[in-house]
Formats: sequence, C-alpha cells, structure tokens
Amino acid sequence: MSEPTPESAPERGEEESLGSVGAARVVVEEHVSDCRTSDFVDEPMLMTFPHLLVRECVAFLGLSIFLVVMSLCFDAPLESIADPTRTPNPAKAPWYFLGMQELLQYYPPIVAGVLFPALLIIALAIIPYFRVNIERPPLWKSAPWTQVASLWGVVAGLSGVFYFTGSVPIWSLMVPLWAVGLAMTAGALPWRRSRLGIWLQTRSLAFWIFAWFLLAATTLTVIGLWFRGPGWRFTLPWYDGFY
Amino acid sequence: MRKIATALTRSRVWRSVFRHGFPDSNRNRSLAIFSSFFLHFHPVKVRVRAIAFTRTFYLGGLALACFFILTVTGTFLMFYYHPIVPSAYNDMKDLQFVVSYGMFLRNLHRWTSRTMIALVFVHMAWTFMRGAYRHPREFNWTIGVGLLVITVLLSYTGTLLPWDQLSYWAVAVGTNIVGAIPIIGAKVKLLLLGGHEINDNALLRFYVLHCVVLPLTLAFGVGLHLWRVRKDGGIHLPELPPRRDDVGDENYASTRADAGSPESSDAPHENA
Repeated sequence: MSEPTPESAPERGEEESLGSVGAARVVVEEHVSDCRTSDFVDEPMLMTFPHLLVRECVAFLGLSIFLVVMSLCFDAPLESIADPTRTPNPAKAPWYFLGMQELLQYYPPIVAGVLFPALLIIALAIIPYFRVNIERPPLWKSAPWTQVASLWGVVAGLSGVFYFTGSVPIWSLMVPLWAVGLAMTAGALPWRRSRLGIWLQTRSLAFWIFAWFLLAATTLTVIGLWFRGPGWRFTLPWYDGFY
Repeated sequence: MRKIATALTRSRVWRSVFRHGFPDSNRNRSLAIFSSFFLHFHPVKVRVRAIAFTRTFYLGGLALACFFILTVTGTFLMFYYHPIVPSAYNDMKDLQFVVSYGMFLRNLHRWTSRTMIALVFVHMAWTFMRGAYRHPREFNWTIGVGLLVITVLLSYTGTLLPWDQLSYWAVAVGTNIVGAIPIIGAKVKLLLLGGHEINDNALLRFYVLHCVVLPLTLAFGVGLHLWRVRKDGGIHLPELPPRRDDVGDENYASTRADAGSPESSDAPHENA
C-alpha cells in the first residue's frame, strides 16, 4: 500500500496536541487511507472480514483434511537402525536433492553439488534486478526468422556443452531445452495470430529460461526418484521396482 | 443466539481482549483486522480480483499453514524424542508401537514437511510466471528465495533425526557434497557434523538447527516477507484498462481492445 497522503498526516505538533484519543484516531485514519489509494478507486472491493478470512479458513481446512488422510493412509518410512558399516545400494538423498544427486553422475561434486546450486540460488535472488524481460516489442515481431536462427544457435551451443562436457551426454538437460526452443519457435509459425500464438510470442525471455529450469529440475528429480537403481544404473520401475 | 453473542461481545472480558464489538458493521470488521496481532498484516479491504482462488491458489498462505502444523506436531514429537544414539531410533519405535497416536503424529509431521516444500516451490514458480518478482517487489522476491532455502534446510536437518539407515545415508550424501566445496568445504563439514563422521555430535547439532535455529529464522523471514507484501502494494495484479472519462471516447475503444489481448493481461504491473 502507498504511504498515507500528506493531507491526511498531521504535523507532529498537531499530533501531540491531539492526546492519546486523537493519536489513535490518526492511526485509524492512516490505516483506512492505506486502502484508498488512487489505484483502487475504480476497483470493486470487499471487506477482509469475512470475505478473505472465510476463504483462507476453507483453504486451511482443505489442506488439513488432505494431510490427515495422507497420514492415515501412508506411514512415514522407517528402516533399520543406522549402520555406518553397511551402505545401502543405492544411497539416495531426500527427493528435493535428487536432481542434484542425478547431476553428480555427469559432473564432479564441485560442479554438480556446489557450483550449479550456488549459481542457481544467486541467479534466482538477483534476477529481478536485471533487464531480462524482453517483452515489448514481442520476441518475434521484427525479423522473426533471424530471431529463430539466433535462438537455435544458442540451443545448439548449449546442447553441445551438455553433450560433450559431462561424463556421458546429459539428455535430461538437453531434451527440456529443445522442448522450450520448440515452444518459442512455435510463436513464429503460421498460427502466430491465434490466441495460443500470441500467448507464446508475448512471453518474456526470463519466462522461457525459468520454464527450462523447471522442466530440467523436474526431469532430473523424476529420473533420480524412480529410474535409478543399484549402482545408480538406469532402471524401469515397472520391471525392477522402486529403489 | 444473537442476544448471547451481543452480551458476550459487550462483556468487559471480551472488550479487554478484542477491543471491538461483534463484527457486524464495517467499522467493527475493520477493527477486527487491524487491531488483531494475527490479522493486522491483512488490509481491511481487499480487491475482488485479488482474492480469487486461481489468482494465487493461496500457495503462500497454505505454506504458512504447513509451518504452523509443523510447529505444533514438532512440539509434541519433542516430548518423546531424545537426540542421543541409539535412543533417537528407539524413540521412533516407541512412537510407532507405544505412544497413543504416535505414528499418526509422526506421519502428519513428515507429510506436512514434504507438502510445505512442494507448496513453497510451486509458490515461487507461480510468482515468477506471473511476473510478480518485478518492480516494486524485487526485494521481497529475494527474501522468498531465502525462505525456500531455509525450508529445504529445515527438512534436511530433520531427515537425520530418526537415525535409521535411510536418514543416515541421505545425510551422508549431503555432507559429502558440502565437503567438496573448495577451501572451506572440510571446515564447513566439520562444523556441521561436530566431528569427522556422523555420530551423536552431528545428531545434536542437526536437532538444535531443526528445532531452534532454523524455525526462528524462518518465522522472522516470514514476518518480513508478509510485511513487504503489504508495503509493496499487496499481491501482484495485472493493470486494469483506464476509465472512459480519463482517456476520452476515441481512445477508450483502443484501450479496451488492448486489454482483451493476452499481451496486456500479464504485463508487468508497476503499482499493484
């Protein structure tokens, strides 16, 4: 919310002369003016109590029911007591680190376990401060086929990096990259004037980079979770079971 | 019933606690929000567009609800848990077979923690996809990234506490990665484990981090995050087209046409 307007805020001496009741009234007015900025004038508004609070309570109840049902139906896993002399095969990290553990197959720990996560967190934290939101004009508006050629040049370059720098080609990073490249290219194809075409054209570059990150992270995690068995070999859960 | 409610809300005890009457007028509804310690981070009025379920899916609020459930279930679990080897594992067995509803309590804690991580992650992704990380919300986005990291660390430190094979080796994988950090890796690993291997010292350190340090940090961060949401103009909403009076009849038609296109529906909004 914007700060109270200068008109509504009394001078300090005036506020002191109002006494405690007057000061309380000033506080109330400041809160009320908080909700009456010029941005909101034309918008339909609702009282937070009860409209928003009821919705929040319903959402909280829905979440609680879901969690209680989960807790009644599925027990938290508990294996035998920890034994440092007996290494399970495979030894898997918690699911939210499995993407990183999967990358350890391709790169040394300093790259997969330290460099990648550190760069990712730093990039996420600072991305709002950089001009990466190419939105106006749309990505394909001027000389679209030049843009397409540039895009696939970058995709080919990155694919080369992921093909040659890992211990084996990293398809789990390359395939999501190609999927994002195809989606970006689709905005320049003949159906570009359709609703979907316009939607694809008007996504920012940051959107596509983030979409690739999401796809790659999900792919790596799913492979680590369900498709890795003893010796971190690739397995099929419907033949070999879950590890 | 109404008489009872009125009598209750006019009583001296009620007035001493809530300082406002039954919230059946807009004045009292406003007072119910901003005179409440727990509710005052809400504005007294909200835009209709802002509270639509599909706008945010209430992901941030649900993640906060998970944190609340985890705090309650975690407190109960602490009554039965000793961070000592091998008592830690035996306590898990006691929860399973001896303590009334112990297994349910542990299950609830476990699945809520996993749900919280998923909710925080999806909240971050949805915020990004909607463009809500841009001006004037840059700093709040950065705080949110910090909260995601703390949430993952909370779950990770809790992983070791059952002291079974699963938890021991999951932590071993993680701490070995920490050890791979150049120059400071070995020192950080030593600091984390309190020794060169995972034993009582590591369990105690993970317990203190899990139960005290990280939850307090997260609570502080969540408070800061919510405060910034208010100060940055509430949740991100796409711009509304200008009124006919403001732009004139000739320009009004073109602005309405623009507003109907997907281009403008997700445009960055400077002053939500």
